Amino acid sequence: MNDTINIVIAGIGGQGVIKASDILSEAAFTAGYDVKKSEIHGMSQRGGSVTSDVRFAKKVFSPTVPPGEADFLVVLADDQVEINCHLLKKGGKLITSKDIDLSKIPNPKTLNTALLGALSSFIGIPLKNWEEAIRKLLPPKSTDMNIEAFNMGRKQ
Amino acid sequence: MTNKFLLSGNEAVAEASLDAGVSLGTGYPGTPSTEILEHFAEIGGKAQWSPNEKVALEVGVGAAYGKARAIVTMKHVGLNVAADPFFTAAYTGVDGGLVIVSADDPGMSSSQNEQDNRHLAEAAEIPMLEPSDSQEAYDFTVKGFELSEKWKIPVLLRMTTRICHSKTIVEKKIRPSKGYSNLKFVKDLRGKVMIPSNARPAHLRLREKIAELAEFNEESFFNKVEKGLIDTGIITSGISYQYAKEAEPDAGILKLGMTYPLPFDKIRSFAGKYKRCIVIEEGDPYLFKSIMAAGIEVEGKHDIFRLGELNLKRVRKILAGENTSEEIPPCGKAPQLCPGCPHKTVYEALKKLGCTVPGDIGCYSLGTLPPYEAMDTLLCMGAGITVGLGLRHILPEEKAMKVVSVIGDSTFIHSGITGLVDMVYNRPPTGHVVIILDNNTTAMTGLQEHPGSGRDIMHNPSHQVKIEDISRAIGIENVDVVDMLKNPEEIEKIITKRLSEKKTSVIIARRPCVLSVKLKAKI
Repeated sequence: MNDTINIVIAGIGGQGVIKASDILSEAAFTAGYDVKKSEIHGMSQRGGSVTSDVRFAKKVFSPTVPPGEADFLVVLADDQVEINCHLLKKGGKLITSKDIDLSKIPNPKTLNTALLGALSSFIGIPLKNWEEAIRKLLPPKSTDMNIEAFNMGRKQ
Repeated sequence: MTNKFLLSGNEAVAEASLDAGVSLGTGYPGTPSTEILEHFAEIGGKAQWSPNEKVALEVGVGAAYGKARAIVTMKHVGLNVAADPFFTAAYTGVDGGLVIVSADDPGMSSSQNEQDNRHLAEAAEIPMLEPSDSQEAYDFTVKGFELSEKWKIPVLLRMTTRICHSKTIVEKKIRPSKGYSNLKFVKDLRGKVMIPSNARPAHLRLREKIAELAEFNEESFFNKVEKGLIDTGIITSGISYQYAKEAEPDAGILKLGMTYPLPFDKIRSFAGKYKRCIVIEEGDPYLFKSIMAAGIEVEGKHDIFRLGELNLKRVRKILAGENTSEEIPPCGKAPQLCPGCPHKTVYEALKKLGCTVPGDIGCYSLGTLPPYEAMDTLLCMGAGITVGLGLRHILPEEKAMKVVSVIGDSTFIHSGITGLVDMVYNRPPTGHVVIILDNNTTAMTGLQEHPGSGRDIMHNPSHQVKIEDISRAIGIENVDVVDMLKNPEEIEKIITKRLSEKKTSVIIARRPCVLSVKLKAKI
């Protein structure tokens, strides 16, 4: 099971954590991987802490990433780094807003797709699958803006 | 075209219901079950939110008496509300297909308890299926209807938070059904009218069905044996299978998909093959106790693993026979009442007035957290009003007159109305004050409509049940409606006034939820 890629996306309700994990899982799914994604619903609209786990590989069993075994931790809110960093494995990669140039993203609401862009350069999902996932899961009027944010994040 | 989809367990149940030709879906919203009925409605199924789970199940039973296929969805505690029809529907059975979904919440991510509803299947003698991912959620729903029709019995599809909300790949293997045309009610007094003289033979028939189902389950599609490479066998079900498979990939596994009635011969034969046979299950030791009671020697888990969800780490510990205290993860930011939420002003007033506040279940439960800490009890749906009545009856007058019950609009419709009836019928000496926090939606579960909102599951107009009209019709002496958008400052004055009178009072604090206003702008 060592080939499983374990990713946790974290932030605050309303930031688009779940949307980001939806896009990531869809991209991994269309790229041909077995994918599982899990999070807790219910409180996500009330400004509380939110995390979403995504795992992909040839075959995945558990839908949740065990604490301390995440290969990547993507955090949308800077104040959520500390409480989530125990999820990351030793040598795992933390991705935060500091990894991108915030002044270049087209809209603060695209932080989630910009950080997915930053993540995308570390994992082997083809660009076209990312783009398709963004087009499928975001409203048409905001897709161009989000693809721009994604590409900006990817280049950093 | 590919027939594979990435679906949550809830979406998978909805898709299966549509493909299986379900005529009617009913339910009451509750995390983690809500998205089943929502998705079923979105993809074109006939679905409706019921006022509560008891109503939902009874309507579903009626549809299944008429030879239709019906699905009824609720969270685990909802099945308590629906327990009355649940137990006796096992006796009457159904002529069509009836699948009841109980979405349990081990770990209580969004619930007041973590009861394990597998006990309810056994107690009611209703066959139970437990999917372990979205594929099985899809397959077991389809097969659940077949099972229900073949044995003329309701089937419980028992899911848990991780099955409901995890997305996994689903391959659809059946061709969508065009629905059922032969819908009719066949008169059968002895079978359908549960007076004692009919219910006694009905119970005997139920025992016979269960015995047949147990035999069927010995070789059923629902249970799978995976041969291992080591001398450890694992008996498991539901999400626990995924953790067990990952924690000990070399072990032999008996994955039970139909967990009532259990296939004891299959279990005995499996357990006999291994030097060590251990049961890995989330929640109560339901499988462990049942298997041991059948005289099959297996190993269980330490009692600490009965609490909360399982995960890969905990299952590794169970397999290693450890029961060491567990790491407590750092506490995240707690959810809060949204900026602009009308409930805030009410809690500020209640705090200022030093009230004792029996509360209820919804967004406004957050009023128990800082900075308000103004909601004093939360028991179950509807209990805000009735716990308040109990306090009003026994407290000394001065203290009793500080008791104010709070309840939301959807919760009021769900099970607050009978409390209001008790309030006028068994009137406490000091009367009582109830505040209905009316934000015109079922907010906490994600903005579902309800009879008080006046819109149906797809947000289209429907008949609106007016809370003030109900309150007046019941005979409440003072019914005030406060517009929390225009006159929020009124609320403190009116609470103060009503608390000083020994009357029965309902104060409706009304303002649409800020999130629902955003949602409506989108539709």
